[in-house]
Amino acid sequence: MSKVDLVIIGGGPAGMSAAVAAYDAGLRNILILERDTSLGGILRQCIHNGFGLHRFKEELTGPEYAYRYELQVRERNIPFKLNTMVLNVSPDKVITAMNSEDGMFTIEAGAIILAMGCRERPKGALNIAGSRPAGIFTAGTAQKFVNMDGYMPGKKVVILGSGDIGLIMARRMTLEGAKVEAVCELMPYSGGLARNIEQCLNDFNIPLMLSHTVVEIHGKERVTGVTIAKVDERRKPIPETKQYIECDTLLLSCGLIPENELTRGAGISIDRVTNGAFVDQNRQTDIEGVFACGNVLHVHDLVDYVSEESEIAGKAAAAYIMNGKHEKAVAIELKTDGKIRYTVPQRITSEENVTVYFRVADVYRDVRIVVKDGENVIINKKKQKVAPGEMETVTLTSAMINGITSGSLSFGIEGIN
Amino acid sequence: MIRELTCIICPKGCQLKVELDENKKVISVTGYTCKRGEVYANTECTAPMRTITTTAAVIGGGVVPVKTDKTVPKEMMFDCMKVINQVRVSEDAKLGDIVIENILGTGANVVTTRNVKI
Ligand code: SF4
Repeated sequence: MSKVDLVIIGGGPAGMSAAVAAYDAGLRNILILERDTSLGGILRQCIHNGFGLHRFKEELTGPEYAYRYELQVRERNIPFKLNTMVLNVSPDKVITAMNSEDGMFTIEAGAIILAMGCRERPKGALNIAGSRPAGIFTAGTAQKFVNMDGYMPGKKVVILGSGDIGLIMARRMTLEGAKVEAVCELMPYSGGLARNIEQCLNDFNIPLMLSHTVVEIHGKERVTGVTIAKVDERRKPIPETKQYIECDTLLLSCGLIPENELTRGAGISIDRVTNGAFVDQNRQTDIEGVFACGNVLHVHDLVDYVSEESEIAGKAAAAYIMNGKHEKAVAIELKTDGKIRYTVPQRITSEENVTVYFRVADVYRDVRIVVKDGENVIINKKKQKVAPGEMETVTLTSAMINGITSGSLSFGIEGIN
Repeated sequence: MIRELTCIICPKGCQLKVELDENKKVISVTGYTCKRGEVYANTECTAPMRTITTTAAVIGGGVVPVKTDKTVPKEMMFDCMKVINQVRVSEDAKLGDIVIENILGTGANVVTTRNVKI
């Protein structure tokens, strides 16, 4: 069994940023394991632009953003193994993996960074009536066909779910000559960025049908059409509003879910809301020396934030190897009120400044973000608008953290009085 | 007349309100967080521009992602797509190589956004 100081599982934007940050912190014995044929992860198929505005102060496409990090990995000669599938991570940090060159092999890791990313929720299709003809794809699968393989999955398209990938694919398929009939969104608001509704739907007069869902799929061998309907407040379809739309393709863009099979296998506890590990400010999970970052931890809106978070994990993993165990100065649990769905990190074990990322459950206007230590308000931040699609942040200063007496902080949304 | 727009320049997506006179000339813009939003509102109401990101066929098979290195007039997007869909990119092309110069006289070049060979 070989020994490696730091093994990073996943060579997408999270894994690459973490590797570079760990290297720059002084660690040399690093290995990235990637299951695909090249580094870059999902960015390789995200050929649209809008990446990197925060990081590089310019607008890049997904492949360009990925390549900048790939160059950084290559310049540092950080080793990586491609086409390599990790099968298991044990609680004592032994990794079992395989590829066609080395066969099955194990590595004893000093520290591990989990950077496996996320996958699409197949959920949207499960409870739709009708048979399962050809022509039903997740938006990401269609994206791979069009952008990587050069095949068009269909000509007349209905999209269920208005997540960003669905919106981006509405434009992509339209540019390539398909007709996108409608984007149906179950919720009364879109889960995608406002700019994508503007430039991907409005630019091409594609209707966004909020509070609508697909209730039936028609066709035997190939999709021939779908029946859609408006839904009531309880998200139940209203029968009188049913309408038929002829199409040959149904794309599903119903959200993303962190890919945590390996995490669960290692016995790491998972937050029910994020579907990612519980972590502290270093993105360390409840197994010491095992860190998680990027979309495997919680789904991000922007890759720029993935890189930022992964640098935290990379630096912390390097410090863990080089300086040994870090003594917990404090242990503060971060709690949420339901209007704020989750925070990352979920606990704080240091007295340094910490930026807390969080997501809200619904669209709220003219509210305050309130952070309390017991009854004591320590942050009270006005917001004109918060929405589930946009991650928010607050920074806890070390003075605030030092002053905490109740052992926990509650994060909530309150109305403006 | 008031026109409402979503700024597409960055992911913040500010909601802009543009006041136009009878000749559709911009009188005022509100709602932007940064200067780029004001510029966007002005061009959007006079001559809207977009970046195209798509793929181009590679000689010998497969596709490579490409983009226009500047924005092009919005109404020319489909004409540009026709031209891009005709081109065949060399198998040795590297990220940033120009595959079409000054597409349809727009002043924008079409460039690859990754190396063809990985
Ligand atoms: S106005 Fe500025 S901050 Fe707002 S969306 Fe446009 S570019 Fe972004």
